[in-house]
Amino acid sequence: MNHTNGKSVPPVIALREITKTYAMGDIEVHALQGATVSMYPGDLVSIMGPSGSGKSTLMNILGCLDQPTSGSYQLDGLETEKMKDDQLAEVRNKKIGFVFQSFNLLRRTSAIDNVEQPMIYAGLNARKRREKATAALTAVGLGDRLGHHSNELSGGQQQRVAIARALVNDPAIILADEPTGNLDSKSGAEIMCLFQRLNAEQGITIIFVTHDPRIAQHTKRVIRISDGKIVGDTYNQEVLQACGKQSLSED
Amino acid sequence: MPINILESARLAVKTLIANKLRAFLTMVGISIGVGAVIALMAIGVGVQRYIADQFTSAGTNLVGVTPGRVQRGGPPGGFGNQTVLTVNDYKAIAGTVPYLESTSAEFSAIGNFVYEGATTQVQVNGALPAFAELRNWPATKGRFIDEADNGGRSRVVVLGNTAATDLFPNDDPLDKVVKINNVPFRVIGVMESKGSSFLGDQDAVAFVPLATAQERLFQKQAQGKTGERVVSTIYLQVTSEKDRPAMEVALKDLLRERHRLKEGDEDDFTVTSQTQLLDTFGAVTATLTLFLGAIAAISLLVGGIGIMNIMLVSVTERTREIGLRKAIGAKSHVILGQFLTEAIVLSLIGGLIGIVIGSTIALAIGYFTDFKPVIQLQAIALAVGFSMAVGLFFGIYPARRASKLNPIDALRYE
Repeated sequence: MNHTNGKSVPPVIALREITKTYAMGDIEVHALQGATVSMYPGDLVSIMGPSGSGKSTLMNILGCLDQPTSGSYQLDGLETEKMKDDQLAEVRNKKIGFVFQSFNLLRRTSAIDNVEQPMIYAGLNARKRREKATAALTAVGLGDRLGHHSNELSGGQQQRVAIARALVNDPAIILADEPTGNLDSKSGAEIMCLFQRLNAEQGITIIFVTHDPRIAQHTKRVIRISDGKIVGDTYNQEVLQACGKQSLSED
Repeated sequence: MPINILESARLAVKTLIANKLRAFLTMVGISIGVGAVIALMAIGVGVQRYIADQFTSAGTNLVGVTPGRVQRGGPPGGFGNQTVLTVNDYKAIAGTVPYLESTSAEFSAIGNFVYEGATTQVQVNGALPAFAELRNWPATKGRFIDEADNGGRSRVVVLGNTAATDLFPNDDPLDKVVKINNVPFRVIGVMESKGSSFLGDQDAVAFVPLATAQERLFQKQAQGKTGERVVSTIYLQVTSEKDRPAMEVALKDLLRERHRLKEGDEDDFTVTSQTQLLDTFGAVTATLTLFLGAIAAISLLVGGIGIMNIMLVSVTERTREIGLRKAIGAKSHVILGQFLTEAIVLSLIGGLIGIVIGSTIALAIGYFTDFKPVIQLQAIALAVGFSMAVGLFFGIYPARRASKLNPIDALRYE
C-alpha cells in the first residue's frame, strides 16, 4: 500500500471540482458542489453520507452512469466528462465492476450465465467466457454452484455471483452500492471478508458507497460527503477484519 | 460490433426460455395467424383446383350453344318471341362451321320413370352417339346410344347412376324395361358416375336417342313454331383452343344469317365456351382465395399487435434488467438489437408452429373429406415472411423504448 505517501503512482480516479445540478421542476438542485478527490490503485475506500448528501450522485458519476455538470473526471487515465453514451457504456464495461444492494442478477438465469453477461458485451467468444466465468465464480467460492439459477441461491450467494460478475472483465475499480444492505449480518460479514480478501490479495480497487458506519470500519480510507461537498477524508487507525468473524454486527 | 447475429439469437432464445409463459402467449397469436393463412389459402386453392377439375372432366375444348340471349336486365327473348335452335340449325353448323372436331345436339326434358314399384323423376336427355366421347362420359355397363338407335328412333335408354340405383336398388338394370312417361324403354346401359358437384347431382339423368326424344317422348315440347324439331343445347368440340375464336365467328355468322337477324340486332342465341366458364369461375375462386387470405392476414396482424402489447409490458417488467445490462456495458443499439431479435425469434418460432398447425388442419380436411386442400409453398413463404415482418414492425417500438431507458432510473425502478 504505497499510495498514501508515494504520490508517484498515478491515481485510478481523479475528480476535479465536480458539480452536478438537476432541474426538478422549477427548482435547481445542486447535488454536488465542487467535489475534488483522488483514489489510487489498491485503495479500499468508503464514501459515506446520509441520504440526500449527494452520495448517490457521486456514485453515478464515478460509475459513468451519469456525467457531471462541470469539472473533470479521469478514470484509469481516460477523460470521461465529454464522452458519448456508447463510449461511457464501453468504459463501464471494461473499467468498472458494479455490485448493487439488490444484487440485480438476471432472473431464471444460471450463475455462470449471469457472470458471462459483461463478457458478451465485451465481445469475448463463448469458450473464453465460460473459462473466465468459471474462474471468477470459483474465486468467490461458488465453484460448485455454476449452473444454479439465482432463485436457488441464498442472498449471500447471489451477492457473490454479482461480485464475480463485477470482477470478470478485470475492471480498474469495483463500485459497491450498499452491498450488504439486503443481507443478514452473517452473510454481510462473509461478503465484506470477500471484498477485503480481493483487495488484499489481488490489489483490486474497491469503493463502497454506504451510509452504514460498520462498513466504513472495514475500509482503510473513509470519505465523507454532506450537502454535495466532501467534508472529510480520513484513514482509519484500525481496520476491522471481517474474515474469521461470525457477523458484521459484532463490536 | 462485438455481438454477432448468432450470438444475439442464442441470447434471445435463452431469454425466451427463461420466460416461457410470456413467450408462449406472445407466440400464440402469430401461430394462429400463420396457421389460418396456410389453412385458408390451402382451402382456397383446393376449391380452385376442384372447380377446374369439374370443368375438364366434362371434356376438353367444348363450346355450348343455347337458344336465347344472355339476360341483361329484362326477360330473355321478350314476349311471344321465344327463340329456338332447330335440328336444321345443328345440321348446318355441323356441316359448314370450320375447326370442329366433333358435334352433338341434345333435347332435354323431365321424365317420370317407373319400374315395377319404383319411381323416379329425372332429366331425360335426347342425345346423339357423339355425346359420350365429346363429354368424356362413357357408359360403364352396357353401351351408349349408337347411330342405329337414333336412326330407328329406338325406345332404348341409358340410365345415369342415380336413376339406375333409384329404379334398380337390387337388380341389374340391363335389358329391363322401364316406363318413361308411360312409354316403355329398354335399358341398354348405365353411365359412369360423375358424382355431385356445385352443379348438382350430375348422375340424376337418363339418355335416350335424340330422334326418339323429339318424336316419341316429348313430341309437343320438341316442336317449334314452324314445325321443325328443336334442340335445347348444341355441343361443339373445337379442334384446339387457338381455333376457337375463328370458329365462334363462323358459328355466329351462320346462326345470325339462318335466324335472319339484321345488323344491330342482338344474337338470339348464346355461345358459352368452357374456357370462358373456367376463366369466370377462376376469377371468382381467385377472389375467394384472396378474401380468405385477407381474413387470415388480419388475424396475423392481430397477432402482431399482441407481440407489441406483450413486448411493451415486458419492457416495463424488465426495466431493472435493462438498467443492469446498460450498467455492465450494453450499448443502446445492443439493447435495441436484443429486443428486436427476441421479437423476430418469437414470431419465427410462432410462424413455424403456425405452419404445422395450418398444414395439419389442411391435411385433416383432405383426409376426412373428398375435398383436397392444396398447401402451397408460396403460402408458407408468405406467411412466414409476413410473420417476421410483423415481429420486426411491432417489435421496433418497444425495443426503442427499452434502448432509450436511462440506466440510473432503470436500476432504481421498483
